[in-house]
Amino acid sequence: MGYDPNNPMEGRITDIGPRYYDEFLPPVIKANKGKWLYHEIPAPGILIHTSETGAKCYTVRVGAARLMSIEHIREMCDIADAHCEGYLRFTTRNNVEFMTDSEDSMKSLIEDLKSRGNKFPIGGTGACITNIVHTQGWVHCHTPATDASGPVKCVMDELFDYFGSMKLPAQLRVALACCLNMCGAVHASDIAILGIHRKPPMIDHGHITGVCELPLAIASCPLGAVKPAKVVVDGKEIKSVKVNAERCMYCGNCYTMCPAMPLADPDGDGIAILVGGKISNRISAPKFSKLVIPFLPNNPPRWPEVVEAIVNIVKVYAENANKYERLGEWAERIGWEKFFEKCNIPFTEKSIDDYRMAYETWHTTTQFKYTSATASYTD
Amino acid sequence: MSKHDTPMLDELEKGPWPSFVTDLKRQAETKPECWDILGQLELSYEDKITHWKHGGIVGIFGYGGGVVGRYSDVPDRFPGVEHFHTVRVNQPSSKYYSTKFLRGICDLWEKYGSGMTNMHGSTGDMVLLGTRTENLEPLFWDLTHDLNQDIGGSGSNLRTPSCCLGQSRCEFACYDTQEICHTLTNHYQDELHRPAFPYKYKFKFSGCANDCVAAIARSDLAVIGTWKDDIRIDQAAVKEYMAGNYPANAGAHAGRDWGAFDIQKEVIDLCPTGCMSMEGDELKVDNSECTRCMHCINVMPRAMRPGKEQGATICMGAKAPILEGAQFATMIIPFVKIEKENEYEAVINVIESVWDWWMEHGKNRERVGEAMQRIGLANFLSIIGVEPLPQHIQEPRSNAYIFWREEEVPGGFERDIVEFRKRHAA
Repeated sequence: MGYDPNNPMEGRITDIGPRYYDEFLPPVIKANKGKWLYHEIPAPGILIHTSETGAKCYTVRVGAARLMSIEHIREMCDIADAHCEGYLRFTTRNNVEFMTDSEDSMKSLIEDLKSRGNKFPIGGTGACITNIVHTQGWVHCHTPATDASGPVKCVMDELFDYFGSMKLPAQLRVALACCLNMCGAVHASDIAILGIHRKPPMIDHGHITGVCELPLAIASCPLGAVKPAKVVVDGKEIKSVKVNAERCMYCGNCYTMCPAMPLADPDGDGIAILVGGKISNRISAPKFSKLVIPFLPNNPPRWPEVVEAIVNIVKVYAENANKYERLGEWAERIGWEKFFEKCNIPFTEKSIDDYRMAYETWHTTTQFKYTSATASYTD
Repeated sequence: MSKHDTPMLDELEKGPWPSFVTDLKRQAETKPECWDILGQLELSYEDKITHWKHGGIVGIFGYGGGVVGRYSDVPDRFPGVEHFHTVRVNQPSSKYYSTKFLRGICDLWEKYGSGMTNMHGSTGDMVLLGTRTENLEPLFWDLTHDLNQDIGGSGSNLRTPSCCLGQSRCEFACYDTQEICHTLTNHYQDELHRPAFPYKYKFKFSGCANDCVAAIARSDLAVIGTWKDDIRIDQAAVKEYMAGNYPANAGAHAGRDWGAFDIQKEVIDLCPTGCMSMEGDELKVDNSECTRCMHCINVMPRAMRPGKEQGATICMGAKAPILEGAQFATMIIPFVKIEKENEYEAVINVIESVWDWWMEHGKNRERVGEAMQRIGLANFLSIIGVEPLPQHIQEPRSNAYIFWREEEVPGGFERDIVEFRKRHAA
């Protein structure tokens, strides 16, 4: 018996939640949960956890495109069936982990993974650039200012060497959100790739009646730029809205509330780069990512400007930061004025905050460093 | 649904990183609607703009979330993606799977959907990407009946909770993140499926301050593992690290020659509180000064361990920028025991003290972190019944615009201007 559309409530099951995780733990994990003593990373992508029982869990971490077919998932299941007693897991950064309790199975697992072309790159551990967390982009979202899977692929292709190695000063987390709704929550990443709009919404007066609650659309604007307006459509006066373009910061919150206010645009949209965020409380407190490049164009299919900008920042960071120092910690130690100079990124007014509590980011001390940016004062 | 020319997307089949385009093409051999995903995406690459319409309210009967409606704005050219709704499937704690279960999900999605997924969505769900409205109820029937599995959250409800892998495979975890995540997800099924909140509300559970599930950045309620006694030190293992016999940071920096391990430079000098020192050949920690940042433990996992009296710190109010700007979660409860035995009563009490107030006083689409800002931290603490502590702030206020309650000021606020003028001419 399956679903009966004529009798939809018959036999219905709801509110059962997820499956109990305990059913899905690999045997070595289940037997040693809560007993782990320490771990080692003998090679990039390989983790060995040692339990107080003496048991060891060998983990092989591989990268994956977050946008994934069921054929790919089935292939991973085949691998897990062959080497890992039929279990696997996914990480919070879209990597996949295959676990086993023996070194021999790990070796055959690695051999198997390597035999499958570039589908299962091994890495993503330690002082590396692991997989990029990202959003939907043009593949599935209605508000994006850029694609997600495409730029991620392009950036990871160029940073690939850092995925399978551990030669950076610390881990470097890259994230992409295709608009500032930030389903990808890129606001605390070492490098954030953020889709931004740059044009105020259009008003589709012909459709606004019926699809929008006008008071909600008006209230949605954090800067009060959306106002009620009367307009004439087909000779008839209707209630609509107008947008004060000077006040608009293109956040798109009005479009979320009102489908008759689209703002995406092929020329207006593009990518901003923010850097220096972190989530971990290790050494320093969590930090927000800061805007250093206000706009780069959407240039599909390979987004060369975005890739170049990110590779540059990664290289300068890798050459200059101390061991254990996250990108934001390094930038704060040397001073942001030095960050811009060292990375050869032109500073613009767009990096000066003018939103809420902007004053906290202004420099209220005579302690600063002279850089090329102050040359006109010092030369 | 036939194959489209995709010269731009074909460029994304090059390079060493796994290609989603190659994967889509592979899937299209058995699920031809994938040709239309590729076709519409190619059109977006040409036009530099999305071709998905705004929203669309679809769902499972009796649920107010878990399905996101999506329609193509060029359905005539790409009929395979005319309807392209997303189903969020509530992931099991820490995203461990048996292949049997995953194959069941794959079979379900072969039958009812496009064959494409996200493993996983940003909040943690398995995301099944692209199905038609008429498939939703049959899919839900099979999901619940055959796979004993429910969908996740969307909209103004409790979003699917998530956790790090916790004690399952991490020596740092200070409580069982998986168990509390699973238990509270089930405890709050009504809140998860039926939107009754001003806006979304997220729980995330991290086992330690490394915060691998980004709780402090992304959740309205962040439960982050910690301890209240002394860091455990194995002095013999410290010596092994100093002798270079154990790899620093478990080998995380092995790809570059950073020189010999230097405990002074790499651990003691980087400690944010300066609470560590060497006395002779013993490593000392002044635990009363320690802020439990995890650095020394990360660097020397065989020598340093969290204390034995473990629990969690609860922080509240993190969110991405929409609307008032991004916020990290603010530390509210310094330490709470995470106890399965009493069904996490202490955590539940904290959660519900916030919900009781927020559900009544939160504005439409106002995250709890924004509501906290609107009313002020001191008022928020008072509402949820938490005594203000110096640990709640980075520094005391530097202005003197203090709100006094009338009862705090002798004689109250009412005064007699006539009496005043008798002594003070205008």
